[in-house]
Amino acid sequence: MITVRFFAALREQLSCDELSLPLNNIKNIEQVKQTLIGLHPHWQSHFENVSLLSAVNNDMVDMQSPVKAGDEVAFFPPVTGG
Amino acid sequence: MADDISENPLSKIKIAIQADDFSFADEVTLLEKDNHEDGAVVTFCGRVRNKNLGENVKGLFLEHYPGMTEKSLEKIIQSATNQWNIGRVTVIHRIGQLAVGEQIVFVGVTSKHRHDAFAANEFIMDFLKVKAPFWKKELTDKGEQWLDARSSDQEKAQKWS
Repeated sequence: MITVRFFAALREQLSCDELSLPLNNIKNIEQVKQTLIGLHPHWQSHFENVSLLSAVNNDMVDMQSPVKAGDEVAFFPPVTGG
Repeated sequence: MADDISENPLSKIKIAIQADDFSFADEVTLLEKDNHEDGAVVTFCGRVRNKNLGENVKGLFLEHYPGMTEKSLEKIIQSATNQWNIGRVTVIHRIGQLAVGEQIVFVGVTSKHRHDAFAANEFIMDFLKVKAPFWKKELTDKGEQWLDARSSDQEKAQKWS
């Protein structure tokens, strides 16, 4: 299993802040995204935002980064702190 | 790497993510207390403005990603420490509901001479803006809205590379 978390505008658009996903054949972030869209087709438009960022275990990563069992994956819009 | 850490122990670094306000004066005092090596103290404080992109702003809500926020700030400070000869670093960022005029963020850096503290402070702030997982939701006359990231902030961070 992996944990997937969503933040800020994306969290509100999906009405979901966290879920668990069986790892199955998921190998990277892009496949996490495609699996989520497969499970929730209406999420597709929100994930089409090319500027969406992702993190694995609290480190910012790109869409091809590997994912393994137990990882915490996160998706969120570009950051706007400061 | 090990040398960098021994010269800049974590005790010289303060990172705080908090809902409560902070005292600018107290933070400067902490940076200076028993610090006789550093002749320079450079501080930055960011506050909530009353206008943004033509809208009247009533307040802000700040969300963050607990855990990742602290880790990303540690990495930014470590990167600054590797590039400049700096002494103490304090980064405070507030979360939750903030009103116009309230303090949002504090970055304080000390160094022997001014150049390192000036540069490191700006570097930390520029990377906090594009790497640290905070998000602002603005409350205006027209309702609530998540702020879009600014390309000018990305450009500011890129100029350091």
